[in-house]
Amino acid sequence: MMTHTASTQSATPDAGKALNPEVPGFEHRDVKQNKVRRTGAPGEKPNLLGGLGGWLWLAIIILPIYYIVITSFRTSEDLRSSNQLLPTTNPTLAPFIKVIQNDFLHYFTNSLIVTLSTVAVVLAVSVMAAYYIARSTTLGGRRLFQIILLGIAIPVQATIIPVYYLIQQLGLYDTLWALILPQIAFAIPLSVLIIVNFVRDIPAELFESMKVDGAGEWKILTALVLPMAKPALMTVGIYQALQVWNGFLFPLVLTQSSDVRVLPLSLWEYSGQFGIDVPATLAAVVLSALPLLVVYMLARRHIVAGLTAGFGK
Amino acid sequence: MALPAVLFFGIFALIPLFGVVVISFMEWNVLGSPSWVGLSNWQAVLFDRPFTWTALGLTITFVIGSYLFQAPVALLLGVFMAGQQRYRALLAVLYFLPLLFSSVAVGLTFQSLFSPNYGLSAALPFDWLPNDWLSNSDLVMWVMIFVVGWCFVPFHGLLYQAGVRQIPQSMYEAATIDGAGRVRQFFSITIPQLRYTIITSSTLMLVGSLTYFDLIFVLTGGQPANAVRILPLDMYVTGFSSYNLGYASVIAVILVAIGLTLSLLLNIISGSSKMESDKAGA
Repeated sequence: MMTHTASTQSATPDAGKALNPEVPGFEHRDVKQNKVRRTGAPGEKPNLLGGLGGWLWLAIIILPIYYIVITSFRTSEDLRSSNQLLPTTNPTLAPFIKVIQNDFLHYFTNSLIVTLSTVAVVLAVSVMAAYYIARSTTLGGRRLFQIILLGIAIPVQATIIPVYYLIQQLGLYDTLWALILPQIAFAIPLSVLIIVNFVRDIPAELFESMKVDGAGEWKILTALVLPMAKPALMTVGIYQALQVWNGFLFPLVLTQSSDVRVLPLSLWEYSGQFGIDVPATLAAVVLSALPLLVVYMLARRHIVAGLTAGFGK
Repeated sequence: MALPAVLFFGIFALIPLFGVVVISFMEWNVLGSPSWVGLSNWQAVLFDRPFTWTALGLTITFVIGSYLFQAPVALLLGVFMAGQQRYRALLAVLYFLPLLFSSVAVGLTFQSLFSPNYGLSAALPFDWLPNDWLSNSDLVMWVMIFVVGWCFVPFHGLLYQAGVRQIPQSMYEAATIDGAGRVRQFFSITIPQLRYTIITSSTLMLVGSLTYFDLIFVLTGGQPANAVRILPLDMYVTGFSSYNLGYASVIAVILVAIGLTLSLLLNIISGSSKMESDKAGA
């Protein structure tokens, strides 16, 4: 699956490159540089200090993750009696069962609904806006792009109070809509930026020839832009899904009841509810991260590319 | 074509940005509707509330501390991950893991790890190791800087990795022939070549740690001790725990102002170097 993802991803920019050698996609460049460097410096003496630092940072990264995984298999009595950095001698699934019995799947479903609908709308409206901006020759188009780019710099935290007011006035407080609508808005700037860069790489001749054949805007969008921008849409989609899935501030401020609780907020509530049963809280943490771990294993390249795409160049 | 995006962005992002300025001139305690009070919120937050200035000081410590921790580690990590050995690629896969956790997940993890009763301090047999990581007011700020760094260093590491891979290998080959060692190459080739990445990453780090508070909120259980009540957290607590949304909006406007000034400054600094690197075809 991993090799499949990697090959489809590099295949499309390759096709674009054949048509327009000036502007290869960023993923393609990454892969190519990588190859050059791997054959690059033979016989270089090993960098001991660098290696040591690398392993040290790995330890710092892994220790907390290792700790929550082994702790989530303990009983809460076990937590206080034995050494917590060693795996327990009598593992139990009780913490996980407790989490599942406390509506975990309900919160999981809420997160899924919010994430999927947010990402679907973000992709649809961003690709439309990106098509308009990339093909626009007017001043208005350029101004619009500048304003949207400015949006990347708007800190969510600083606007949360008016967003709260707005959601209240719209009668959407404590609904899933309250989470979906603002998160769409804040995802748009970066998504448009990444997709615009991709759409600009589509050769102008392709647009011209479609127009000559009498294709309208919608036809061009669905038959040319969408297929060509697929790698960018993948990247944007996975990145924004990660952001929304893990988002905490909007749910914290804009929802209240357990009916519409999403996973990050549920972790927060669990830790209060479970109190000293720390293994159960950490089991919830582990369960909440599992879906993303699976996605990461399946589509690592897209996630990594997505994270750096907006800022890498 | 662009209309749906403009509508969403305008209503839920752009209008709130102006809205926060408007609300900063209003009295609003969540239940009633906001009413106009002119400059009195500003007067109160800036001059009659000494804690605002304490919080600003804490914010500066937090932002600078976070930067001094994250920037060097992320840079070295990026260089390390861009190396050609196979094991480095494997480590890079693992370095990414913190990015998969929500801030609540990370917060709860470290809350447990730094607990006085179990976790690290109970597991390690060192007497000198403190066990009041999160309640000791001299220590808690540094713990926050570390945990926030744990979350964000991987992302910046990725930026630097991508940056290092753009540096032509031939530059290093030439330097090796000239007899320049690894350290010399790092300072004379890698750092200057990464100018643009350094500016981008620095802007994101500084502005990010200026406004980010989710993790500190979780780690302090939503009841932050004053030792880590940085401005964005102060804003949240003032607004949504004390229900004084007018005061909170003043703090939010201050944050936006500092954030914009900071990005603009960094933009000006980067202006010249960006053009040079464009010319070099990087």
